[in-house]
Amino acid sequence: MGDLADLTILDAGDGLRAGDFSSADLLEAVTRRAAVTEAHLHAYLTLDHEGAAQAAEAADASFAKGEDRGLLQGIPIALKDNMCTRGIETTASSRILDGWKPPYDATVVTRLREAGAVITGKTNLDEFAMGSSTENSAYGPTRNPWNTDKVPGGSSGGSAVTTAVGSAFGSLGSDTGGSVRQPAALTGVVGMKPTYGIVSRYGLIAFASSLDQIGPFSRSVADSVAMLDVISGFDPRDATSINAPVPNFGGSLDRGVAGLKIGVVTEFMGEGIDPHVITATRAMADRLAGAGAEVVEATLPSVEYALSAYYLIAPAECSSNLARFDGIRFGHRTQVEGTTEEMMAHTRAEGFGPEVIRRILLGTYALSAGYYDAFYGQAQKVRTLVRNDFTAAYGHVDVLISPTTPTTAFSVGEKAADPIAMYYSDLCTIPSNLAGDPAISVPIGLDDAGLPVGFQVMAPSLGEEVMYQVAAEVERLAGFTERALLATSTVVAP
Amino acid sequence: MSGWEAVIGIETHVELSTHSKMFCSCAVDVAGPPNSACCPVCLALPGALPVPNEKAIEGIIKIGLALECTINESSLFYRKNYFYPDLPKNYQISQYTFPVCEGGKLDIDVDGTTMTVGITRVHMEEDTGKSTHIGGGGGRIHDADHTLLDFNRAGVPLVEIVTEPDIRSAAEARAYGAEIQRIVFALGVSDAKLEAGSMRFDVNVSVRPVGDEVLGTRTETKNVNSLRAVQRAIEYEIDRQINVLETGGKVIQETRHWNEDTGVTISMRIKEESEDYRYFQDPDLLPLETSAEWREEIRRGLPELPAARRARFIDAGTDAVTAGLLVDDSDLSTLFEDAVASGASGRAVGIWLTGEVVAYSRRTGTPIPDTSLTAPHLGELTGMVDEGKLSFSAAKEVLIAVMDGEGTPGDVAEAKDLFQVSDSGAIESAVESVLAENPDAVNKIRSGETKPLGFLVGQVMRQMGGRADPKVVHSLLRKRTGA
Amino acid sequence: MDESSTRVGTIAAMPVDIDIAKVARLARLALSDEELEMYGAQLGDILEHAERVQALPTEGVAPTSHPLPMVNAFREDVARESLEPASFLSEAPDVKDGQFRVPRILG
Ligand SMILES: [Zn+2]
Repeated sequence: MGDLADLTILDAGDGLRAGDFSSADLLEAVTRRAAVTEAHLHAYLTLDHEGAAQAAEAADASFAKGEDRGLLQGIPIALKDNMCTRGIETTASSRILDGWKPPYDATVVTRLREAGAVITGKTNLDEFAMGSSTENSAYGPTRNPWNTDKVPGGSSGGSAVTTAVGSAFGSLGSDTGGSVRQPAALTGVVGMKPTYGIVSRYGLIAFASSLDQIGPFSRSVADSVAMLDVISGFDPRDATSINAPVPNFGGSLDRGVAGLKIGVVTEFMGEGIDPHVITATRAMADRLAGAGAEVVEATLPSVEYALSAYYLIAPAECSSNLARFDGIRFGHRTQVEGTTEEMMAHTRAEGFGPEVIRRILLGTYALSAGYYDAFYGQAQKVRTLVRNDFTAAYGHVDVLISPTTPTTAFSVGEKAADPIAMYYSDLCTIPSNLAGDPAISVPIGLDDAGLPVGFQVMAPSLGEEVMYQVAAEVERLAGFTERALLATSTVVAP
Repeated sequence: MSGWEAVIGIETHVELSTHSKMFCSCAVDVAGPPNSACCPVCLALPGALPVPNEKAIEGIIKIGLALECTINESSLFYRKNYFYPDLPKNYQISQYTFPVCEGGKLDIDVDGTTMTVGITRVHMEEDTGKSTHIGGGGGRIHDADHTLLDFNRAGVPLVEIVTEPDIRSAAEARAYGAEIQRIVFALGVSDAKLEAGSMRFDVNVSVRPVGDEVLGTRTETKNVNSLRAVQRAIEYEIDRQINVLETGGKVIQETRHWNEDTGVTISMRIKEESEDYRYFQDPDLLPLETSAEWREEIRRGLPELPAARRARFIDAGTDAVTAGLLVDDSDLSTLFEDAVASGASGRAVGIWLTGEVVAYSRRTGTPIPDTSLTAPHLGELTGMVDEGKLSFSAAKEVLIAVMDGEGTPGDVAEAKDLFQVSDSGAIESAVESVLAENPDAVNKIRSGETKPLGFLVGQVMRQMGGRADPKVVHSLLRKRTGA
Repeated sequence: MDESSTRVGTIAAMPVDIDIAKVARLARLALSDEELEMYGAQLGDILEHAERVQALPTEGVAPTSHPLPMVNAFREDVARESLEPASFLSEAPDVKDGQFRVPRILG
């Protein structure tokens, strides 16, 4: 290593506290890294040099005064560009929000600032978090640092890449159907979706309100805990926020898995999953058994309907959530002359990209009179069945494991023309969103093509502690230390 | 409208007078500079989320309890999706299945008969912003060339009260509207000002041949912003629909707009397609549960409702009309209650308050609390009249002086020398002189006419400067004329 | 038969056909005929897939609107400071006299 940009958050924090380097040094390291990687990867939409420099300076001043606001003080962190930042452009990668500067900070942003974190900038995503490849961005796609012909996954592809290549020490994404875990798997970092309601959604530009949850990307499981500790907790501005003290997420990180009962999800170890991914997952399951866990088969019989239910529920909610983009109070407005109604319709057709339009149409249809019961109503019942499956499974296992994604990173453009094929890349991640449960993806190795494989650990609601306990053991067992080719400052061209 | 029967239902929107809006902590300040009471939530900026105002929920439960509704133990917020520029989210947070309150009733008095109007539901929602139409003729939407939007009102808590189609006439509708207004005001949950738009009505009207069971096609008329407008708009709509049907036409199910100036309703149909609101449960909001304890606590805190108060005033001696007038005016009812509590005659106090006191206030433009009148004054005044110390006309003079601040009724009567003359000698001599001056009248009375008797009483009272007891005068005159 | 009508044929197994133009109007999206045709076909495919949810027997199953069984999140009725109007009006496409301006509402 040798470059500060490659440190974990915890190691960087140790160095800051030991006086080995300053927050300004860390910021300079990630900025230098970004200067090399951005031309090839396009992970950032906005770099807030000025704000970041001020925050780093403030953090260094705090250290100098002996003030310590915790593990993120002085640490450069990147934000997915669907989280509102006061005075800093927030676009959700959509033309309809081009240039929009929110007058307020999202709650997670406030929490990061209060913890002394240094916000480097805003990262690319599939427009309004709708997609699994970060190709659906009005500002151009993000590339995979392991192979720039491949997608980084999505929708939080930009955030995943910043953490993977060291243009940030960690980053935040949002996960509606796998949008943190799937890109984490495809770029070889740790990505975590918390229990629904643990992290405030206030200021997160909504895609599907009952599924959206903000989660951290990091280069280690312990870093993930450090980030979740800061961003989680009750927020009176979010009515769906859990009004209770958060669990001790990292309480069992060092305990190993001896005595735990781990269920391998049968449905995600067969048809539709790449055999290499199955092999890698099975191997890790065996190693967990070797480490003392009781590994058993577990079944979620309704999950084969989860994807279909998700692709009714999420578009239905998004069709309503995105109604506010009408060219009146913020964002793009059409030049086409006409009535207000025509203005709205042209503004929206011009401002939204094809995937967003597709989902708005789908959701509008699924909610409309006469079809509600057959689609949206039925999907909500399937959601109940999926939750019941999880409840039944957790009746006899502590956590469930599976591949994070059916395949490793796919090629740019490969699935762009086939929405349904793209939707399948969230097959293994969607059920946790439907259930509201926490889940994490940990990198466990590379496939034959040199692309990372992600391993998913799922736990019951508020079961973050045991989830992290298993994830930490997976991390130890995998010993995954390889870095993407582009994650070194020496690389000049792809 | 002979041969036809009208069937009417009313939707009443009531803005609650909470400190803050329904789903954000902006002040309820509709009159401030445009867009001065707005935040990410009520402007529907990307990322903002609603959190319900507990006080507003209490307010709707109060209304529901006052209308004898069932308060649902569990109630849900829904999104009503439609695009309109005054609706920032382009959906309104409202309720659909499981509103807060369902199935109540309200008794109203129409021309002395009591009737019951069923309440279908009372649900919670949020108000829209305010549009100002610019250009064309006089701020009307129809010929405006652009519109300005102020979102201060957007998100103000709004309660919608929906009746069953139980109302049969414009007069009943007006009586219903008036009683709802009284109740909402008495509950203290809204200022219930129709002229300020804090209370608004939509009226659903259909007509059918008398005896038909099947309902006719109905129209919904909006912009009905006064009780008089409720009556006029419904009368107009009934006539219009009967006319349409009698000339072989068909009533179209549509939304119409009441024009107060022209006194007609006009069709508001903008597009052929019927609205499809795509209601679904709002994922940003949790179910609302009202525990039995909470409901009971709110019930215990309910103030006396107008109907109960009217009944109590009638028990205290007033007639129904006077009781209604007193209850509708909080200043009058306070004076009434205090005077009666200290032993005054309810009947007499009621008459003075609704008569002379109101007349004085109107004549002088002085609000009643700004006059010097107190409840003890009323007790003293009516007591003196009762005991025959003051004539009615003298009492009126005393009252005016008291309201002007000249002192207590006793002091004023003393100072103005208005106490009744009970000395029958003085009255007798006045009677004699009046009889002598009016022989014609005396003859008429003797030949059986009774009318001139009143005239003679008036003459005697005049001679006595109004201080004679009219009962004594009357009996003396009868005795002397043999009437 | 062009592609889109073939697809409508496959949707016939569904409860209804899609009036894609009506859906686009409801969603306030001004789409061209070509776009309508494309999205209509894609929606058909997706709904065909989504129709699978109907294969699952759900009699007596309660719908889930919320991942967690929570109730009653309230806010105290306290008015707090609102935003400075300039902070959001500066972001609006058309503002006049401190208000948001839109074109005529009726056609
Ligand atoms: Zn507000």
